[in-house]
Amino acid sequence: MAIEVRIPTILRTYTGGEKAVTGDGASLSALIDDLEANHPGIKDRLIENGDLRRFVNVYVNDEDVRFIGGLGAELSDGDQVVVLPAVAGGQ
Amino acid sequence: MLTIDQATYDAIVAHAKRDHPDEACGVVAGPEGSDRPERFVEMVNAAGSPTFYEFDSTDLLQLYKEMDANDEEPVIVYHSHTATEAYPSRTDIGLASEPGAHYVLVSTREHGNNDGPVEFRSYRIIDGEVTEEEVTVVDALPSN
Repeated sequence: MAIEVRIPTILRTYTGGEKAVTGDGASLSALIDDLEANHPGIKDRLIENGDLRRFVNVYVNDEDVRFIGGLGAELSDGDQVVVLPAVAGGQ
Repeated sequence: MLTIDQATYDAIVAHAKRDHPDEACGVVAGPEGSDRPERFVEMVNAAGSPTFYEFDSTDLLQLYKEMDANDEEPVIVYHSHTATEAYPSRTDIGLASEPGAHYVLVSTREHGNNDGPVEFRSYRIIDGEVTEEEVTVVDALPSN
């Protein structure tokens, strides 16, 4: 099973500068564990206290995973996952 | 240093004034590695708040796909402060995730929706370190 994961600039330090990597997993949670095995440190940038970080957006085939089960979102071969940090702030 | 053309500068200021008292936000995209802010993209503040801004998650994906397809990157990420100075807040610094971008802050606290000067300042925000930079406004960006 191959899932393409698009990596944002700020996390490319974990992927040796690669914009996209391939991962494996039947759920987003499993995919992130697989990414962590090959790119140590990346999981902590995506997950906090067992849930997706509030200001990290993850999309599966253009759907925000928050609307399709979060970390439990199911994945299949050929899916495309995009990770984008929120663009946000406040005074 | 940030070099920006007058029309883009004016568009950022106009957006900030129009959305006051809520924070306005957006990007100016440009060719990767060029440091040229060429394509002004106004974003909706999904937080609709005077003290917080966040790009809508669907719009954010759309924007990054467009930039990817055009070999662009966000050269400027801008937002407004409506009651405080044009300086990155602790939240702004903590959430800044484009180390290559110029973070432009506009403060509308003095004149709100009305005509009048605004504070327009630019920063680099890298690993929690804020460095203010000079802003140069030109009639048009120099040709390549």
